[in-house]
Amino acid sequence: MAETQSNGHGYVGTRTIRPDGVDKVTGRARFGADFNLPGQLIGRVLRSPHPHARIVAIDTSKAEALPGVKAVITRDDFADQPSEFIPAGEMMMNYKDVVRNVMAREKALYEGHAVAAVAATSAAIAKRALKLIDVTYEVLPHVIDVVEAMRPDAPVLHDDLFTAGVEPKPDKPSNIAKRVEIVLGDIEAGFAKADVVVEREFKTAPVHQGYIEPHAALATVSEDGSAELWCCTQGHFIVRAHCARLLGLDIARIRVTASEIGGGFGGKTVVYLEPLALALSRKAKRPVKMVMSREEVFKASGPTSGATVRVKMGATRDGKFVAGFAELKYQAGAFQGSPVQPGVMCAYAPYDMENVKVIGYDVVSNRPKVAAYRAPGAPISEFAVESVVDEIAKKLGLDPIELRMMNAAREGTKAAYGPKFGPIGLEETLNSIKKTEHWNTPLRKWQGRGVASGFWFNIGGETCVSLTVNEDGTVSLMAGTPDIGGLRASLAMIAADELSVEYDKVRPIIGDTGSLGFNFLTGGSRSAFSGSMAVVEAAKQIKADCCARACKLWDLKPEQVAWERDRVRPIGDVADKAKPMSIADFAKVAGKTGGPIVGYGRLNAQGAGPSLGTHLVDLEVDPETGRVTILRYTVAQDAGRAIHPAYVEGQFQGGAVQGIGWALNEEYVYGADGKLQNAGFLDYRMPVASDVPMIDAILVEVANPKHPYGVRGVGETPIVPPLGAIANAMENATGIRFTELPMSPPKVLKALKEQGVTAK
Amino acid sequence: MRYEAPETVERATALLAESAGEARVLAGGTDLLVQMRADVVEPALIVDIKRIAETRAITEDRGGWRIGAAVTGAELKEHPRLQQVWPGVVEAANLIGSTQVQGRATLGGNLCNGSPAADSVPALIAAGAVATLAGPQGRRELPVEDVMLGPRRLALGKGEIVVSFRLPPRPPRSSDAYLRFIPRTEMDIAVVGVGVSLTVDASGTITDARVSLGAVAPRVLLVREAAAAIVGSRLDRPAQDRLEAAARAACAPIDDKRGTVEFRIQVAGVLARRAALIALDRARTS
Amino acid sequence: MAKHHVEATVNGDAVEFLCETEETLLDVLRDTLHLTGSKEGCASGDCGACSVTLDGRLVCSCLVLGCEVGGRRIETIEGLAEGEALHPLQKKFLEHAALQCGICTPGFLVASRALLERNSNPTDTEIRYWLAGNLCRCTGYDKIVSAVKDAAATLRKG
Repeated sequence: MAETQSNGHGYVGTRTIRPDGVDKVTGRARFGADFNLPGQLIGRVLRSPHPHARIVAIDTSKAEALPGVKAVITRDDFADQPSEFIPAGEMMMNYKDVVRNVMAREKALYEGHAVAAVAATSAAIAKRALKLIDVTYEVLPHVIDVVEAMRPDAPVLHDDLFTAGVEPKPDKPSNIAKRVEIVLGDIEAGFAKADVVVEREFKTAPVHQGYIEPHAALATVSEDGSAELWCCTQGHFIVRAHCARLLGLDIARIRVTASEIGGGFGGKTVVYLEPLALALSRKAKRPVKMVMSREEVFKASGPTSGATVRVKMGATRDGKFVAGFAELKYQAGAFQGSPVQPGVMCAYAPYDMENVKVIGYDVVSNRPKVAAYRAPGAPISEFAVESVVDEIAKKLGLDPIELRMMNAAREGTKAAYGPKFGPIGLEETLNSIKKTEHWNTPLRKWQGRGVASGFWFNIGGETCVSLTVNEDGTVSLMAGTPDIGGLRASLAMIAADELSVEYDKVRPIIGDTGSLGFNFLTGGSRSAFSGSMAVVEAAKQIKADCCARACKLWDLKPEQVAWERDRVRPIGDVADKAKPMSIADFAKVAGKTGGPIVGYGRLNAQGAGPSLGTHLVDLEVDPETGRVTILRYTVAQDAGRAIHPAYVEGQFQGGAVQGIGWALNEEYVYGADGKLQNAGFLDYRMPVASDVPMIDAILVEVANPKHPYGVRGVGETPIVPPLGAIANAMENATGIRFTELPMSPPKVLKALKEQGVTAK
Repeated sequence: MRYEAPETVERATALLAESAGEARVLAGGTDLLVQMRADVVEPALIVDIKRIAETRAITEDRGGWRIGAAVTGAELKEHPRLQQVWPGVVEAANLIGSTQVQGRATLGGNLCNGSPAADSVPALIAAGAVATLAGPQGRRELPVEDVMLGPRRLALGKGEIVVSFRLPPRPPRSSDAYLRFIPRTEMDIAVVGVGVSLTVDASGTITDARVSLGAVAPRVLLVREAAAAIVGSRLDRPAQDRLEAAARAACAPIDDKRGTVEFRIQVAGVLARRAALIALDRARTS
Repeated sequence: MAKHHVEATVNGDAVEFLCETEETLLDVLRDTLHLTGSKEGCASGDCGACSVTLDGRLVCSCLVLGCEVGGRRIETIEGLAEGEALHPLQKKFLEHAALQCGICTPGFLVASRALLERNSNPTDTEIRYWLAGNLCRCTGYDKIVSAVKDAAATLRKG
């Protein structure tokens, strides 16, 4: 069979209406908490009031005796798991820790750590039952701050945790789970060549992903051990794997359906309620529904690391970066597994440098275990580096965009973390920013302008989709990665173009775990990238199948038939022999030409090209109160190829605003008692509509050669540059280099006062 | 949990007085329901006062205004004349929470929640508002600054409720303003709040003033020294400096998740000056 | 004590339900009346995902008790579309890609309708302040503001 590239209708690159849109504007779409089953019980979790305590005993007898209580579970309901590290997206995980995070075993390791759970016939009874569970705690000293947790005399969370990655192996346990390092070239030789060296220490606060939908799960387990689960997750196949492991069930026995998901940003890549709901249902033999409160979301899920970062960079007089050193200390929360590794790898990734050394420490403390958050680890290390880059520009009297341009990583640059880059778009984003009217608009007193770039790898991974040509020529598309921000639209556009059917005739859904082969989760900006590759693969099968059917119908040889442009055609000297057939034509004759027409795209997607971006921000500081107003914001980012430009812009805009929150106001505030003081949207201050301006989005398209349409992941990079861009703008406005996030008004006002920068 | 929605003040106070368990008044519910959901309170009785006509009315009263305790911020804002006379009171009430919250939150509730950071309270105190209380023993009047004693502590007896507020008659060339500091533009609790009400004579000299500070002490403060600092002036630079200093001197704040002691004191002075300038400008053009 | 028996109007239909005192209007809408379009994001009035109108007034249904709404008129996201046609706000949210995950969308739509009923030609700033009680973590608000403005223009044209 011969094949040529199809051009279809050209939906890719247009702004179609998303297929799931009507359901979402009418309230019909069903999110995690919107599922119910007849006879369901309500599950609630008892959580530790202490940041660090040994659990001496748990007496559930009174709760069990309360009428209406159908099941109570504790650590005794979960088998222990051996220590074993498993890749989980950009991070690693260990089931020994996962089982302890979903339900505390020996110790409660943070305020809010699950200690027991109940299922009862009503929420009110479940709540009363929690109060009847008697937990005997031996309260232990706690440690919250990452630097304090690293001290030799700090309270140790895990007495079997010995720092990995150091020689000789330590003989004493500590809170430093591991040390990682990357080295390129010779850092000392690099600094020796430097005319200017800038060294700074930075501190960032932990921030929560802040999805508006709290975690929710509905589970039902039958007497034969078959289980069904509905939950809001970024990866229902991953949930299935984790739950099978934690509950000792066969994977085939668990069917997980991903609900519509109300935001995740990395925070819904792990399990919290799901194994508890299953365990409760297994015990009660009735469906169990569990939904977190907002307070529980803050205290027991997410966030990403707070960190301390030291950066030292050297440059020559003319602006060439000759050496970059960084030391990153990232909070992991109660269990090891902070995103320090990607933080280390990304720190200097935007730049073409010969000498780089980055060291990272993964540190546990009495906080909730961190979860992935949009480009996990990268915003923190790149904030520090981008701040120092800006300072170097100032010291050398160079334009910050020119300085970045001079050092920008480009095709062929060897990254400090290993690979040689293919085509990447940093220079293009810098150029686009430089050309904006925004960059060239004058500012007033107390206003400042900042620029920063950012890098994120993106990933591919295991992906499986199906395409079914229905009897009427419409196409059903099933994907297995939850659609968190427009995936179904993108995949339907690709399918429509590949098969030359109308976009409206492709109906995409997210299939459950029983309907497709394994799909890795939606994360690492992989779902549109990998999913579209799988759709192309599935469409290719369908086109090949249709060609084969045409051979039979037309009595032609395989080489006499091809899919050209929009349909199967006889080619060459038989071109007039038969009437070309579209997908819809084959649908009509599917039965007599071999049965259903189905394509099944399955692959472990490789070649996810990094996406780089540059952000530009104007802000104004109120010198009397320290309040910062974001005046104007422009994002330029390389999308490779934007399948649906509006949703790509949406990623840029949303990431920028999350970054604004991170830079200015969001933080976890702990009291001396180790308890979180701002576990709600009132005092965990995410940006509201009136806090931000319009976010101008510039789509840069440097095609990714490893993808059939040139696509790159775009979702994560947008949160990387804002922290540095805003800090740089603050310096521009006030002359003060802010090194601690968030740059909240009390901190800003204090700095202004200390530096003698006043309004009068 | 019992719920009652009486239609008279007498019935409401009787229910509250007779309640054996913890009883709570429900007005807008924007604090009470949050506290109930967070298990901070578990009342045995809830008395909804919104069906009492008197709590829901805005009326002219002896040259001044009477505002029912259960009037919402949105209703204050929509009132055709109140905003002209008491712009500070109206803007303060409309800073409480979101549009959604303004549709529910009331002046009475904002005061009786007993928070020193309540937005409408400094504005009411600056305005010289007097609360009309009703209880089993009858009615009495109490200046708003005397209603709150400290965090979550009120000068109300058992069964006593706030029925309405009376704003005094306004001399010519009078106005008010309320400013608060929050890190975001909306939705936060005040880190500092300042209400200023003043009157100027034909020459633009301030003849009378009241200044109130919120969120800088265990209760909302009426700061007479701050008022004295500007009375007799045209709010020129020295008077502004005196006002700032007096406002700061009155502060006795705490460090908490919303702000530091140092920050609150500093910003209290700044906002006092800014609010006074706005009130002055309004008074001159009123 | 016995549950409260409440009669009210929801999206133009007469409804009656039983509820405990502590149940909020949001609980009643979602769990009793099975109108799950209104979402619970915080239960404290800080996110706006549960926005409904009560006698035309925009409120968070998580901050209203079910037993308070006797005799009152409630409008939810499920009542926004007019017969078979989507409301112009719904159309414009789709055209402008003003939603990503969609969990906050019902609240934004209900709140935006309440705005446009009062102000047929709001400025960007007016839109942003009116919607400040509706949190969106995905979009950065940009496309939401554009969609509301465009819907306002459509409605003005009649």
